[in-house]
Amino acid sequence: MSKPVNQKALLLIVPMFVCVAFSAIMPLMTVVNYSVQDIISPTQHVFVGTEWFRMILNDPDLQDALVRQLVFSLCVLLIEIPLGVALALAMPAAGWRASATLVVVAMPLLIPWNVVGTVWQIFGRSDIGLGGYVLTQLGIDYNYTAHTRDAWLTVLVMDVWHWTPLVALLAYAGLRAIPDAFYQAAEIDGASRFAVFRYIELPKMRGVLMIAVLLRFMDSFMIYTEPFVLTGGGPGNATTFLSQYLTQKAVGQFDLGPAAAFSLIYFLIILLFCFILYNWMQRLGQGDGHA
Amino acid sequence: MACIEFRDLGHAYRPNPATAGDYALQPMSMDWADGGAYALLGPSGCGKTTLLNIVSGLVTPSHGRVLFDGRDVTALGARERNIAQVFQFPVIYDTMTVFDNLAFPLRNRGLADAEIRNRVHEVAEMLELSNELKRRAANLAADAKQKISLGRGLVRKDVAAILFDEPLTVIDPHLKWALRRQLKKIHQQLKLTLIYVTHDQVEALTFADEVVVMTDGRVVQQGTPEALFMRPDHAFVGYFIGSPGMNLCPLSLAGEAATLGGQPLALPEPMLRALREAGDEIRLGLRPEFVRLAAAGEAGAVRARVVQAQPLGNSLLLSASVDGQLVRARLAPETRIGGDEVWLRLVAPETLYFSNDVRIAG
Repeated sequence: MSKPVNQKALLLIVPMFVCVAFSAIMPLMTVVNYSVQDIISPTQHVFVGTEWFRMILNDPDLQDALVRQLVFSLCVLLIEIPLGVALALAMPAAGWRASATLVVVAMPLLIPWNVVGTVWQIFGRSDIGLGGYVLTQLGIDYNYTAHTRDAWLTVLVMDVWHWTPLVALLAYAGLRAIPDAFYQAAEIDGASRFAVFRYIELPKMRGVLMIAVLLRFMDSFMIYTEPFVLTGGGPGNATTFLSQYLTQKAVGQFDLGPAAAFSLIYFLIILLFCFILYNWMQRLGQGDGHA
Repeated sequence: MACIEFRDLGHAYRPNPATAGDYALQPMSMDWADGGAYALLGPSGCGKTTLLNIVSGLVTPSHGRVLFDGRDVTALGARERNIAQVFQFPVIYDTMTVFDNLAFPLRNRGLADAEIRNRVHEVAEMLELSNELKRRAANLAADAKQKISLGRGLVRKDVAAILFDEPLTVIDPHLKWALRRQLKKIHQQLKLTLIYVTHDQVEALTFADEVVVMTDGRVVQQGTPEALFMRPDHAFVGYFIGSPGMNLCPLSLAGEAATLGGQPLALPEPMLRALREAGDEIRLGLRPEFVRLAAAGEAGAVRARVVQAQPLGNSLLLSASVDGQLVRARLAPETRIGGDEVWLRLVAPETLYFSNDVRIAG
């Protein structure tokens, strides 16, 4: 007594499987392949096991870059999320003012990364850049090519300028989706402006803010072009973040093995943090269960 | 608790309204008694929600005044008016428990914890929410959410009025009755002035002591359900209340007798004279419930062509055309319609007459 076996339905997932294989699995497996071998020449390679992983994890340059990267991403989230929400709250709700504000706010998002880097590179120069000139005239010793502090601040301000609009637009969309009745009920209930934000607007924005946090985390964690153009990772290694470190390894020194091993670690770190952030934010706002 | 008075109250969303069409609510005066249950009934966009929001203070009227117990509250916002409002879609604070939801208005007003606890438990008891107090409000069904909305109004002492803006729209039909019964019970228990906005006449008529019928930003009649049914002041009320609505047939007074589509009606002489004096656009109104069949050729009856006869179980709904004018009649369920011609008696004690939509006689 056996059931008739007919597995033809499996054929239906073949196209999808092939697409994913070409777009994700095969490139990833190439990286995995490199990460466990020493490529001496195109025809000569040796299996080295976990040697590259151990080497990379013990590399003090990488550890420094990782710490810098974490601090940078944390700063980005701590500044851009509240600032984006504040911006969204301040934006007009309807009419031509709303459209005009949206266009102006969205402007930085339309500028290519390397142009953003160039714009800020010039802006920050004390001889020909407005920002640098004003700071110098105010008596502040500002020089992003020489001082670590200045380089950091410039990169951070540049990222805030470039990406806060994304958070603002997402938060704005979330705010506009709240029905008027909620505000009316809050008025009848005598809620303060802060209570309206805390108990209506913030919970209703939870979904879009989660997307904003994940996007900004991933993006800032992979930041490359802007600091590369602006500071080139300097002064010293002060603004060398993980992507730039990886590029130096893979393209600069052509250490494909260690670079591949590092790529996998990089990927896993991002995956892990996104997982943690996602679960944390999912649970947030559902735990207020006290009476 | 309060009686509510409107003095020349009107509202236009645009400045300087010139014509009647510019008003969302045309100026009117009305008194609502303390503890009464009122329904605002009318089609979508007739201004009933505007009137409700003026009562709650969410909208400041552009004309006239609102008085609560004689006190002018026109300029006061929703915050200062002590009213409770339940909206069409449940409004609850998602992140809070049921208890915190109910306590929210009291906490905003800085009451002591012990008093808040007492009030919340009292109201939860009344709304049968006591077992849900510790649950998160977001996880409850729509009817429970509407009860929380109501509860947030009721926890406050000295609530002047409870306002409902089509509160049963999102409730399952089988829960509607239960919830409506509960609302009525609370109304009787607390003797609060209650204002109920709806476009559902059954809801309005079963809920309210008095129904205010509105159309095009105008209050056309305020009265008991019976008055609205038997003696509508305005043709719109006759047509809007009842299912199907009142038959409204244009009369011609040109000849010796009043005629409907060329057929003479047996109007009493004094009535005919009154109609002639009243002027133009005379219409006869008779509810389908009072239209009777007559024998063929009977004096005063009109001949009609049968369009449709729908058996509805408890009645037979006959649609017939009197020279192109559609007339509906609700007849006894066992009535048999033979052939495609019937004779109908449209002049009855219940027959009303309208001139330019306003009832003039009958």
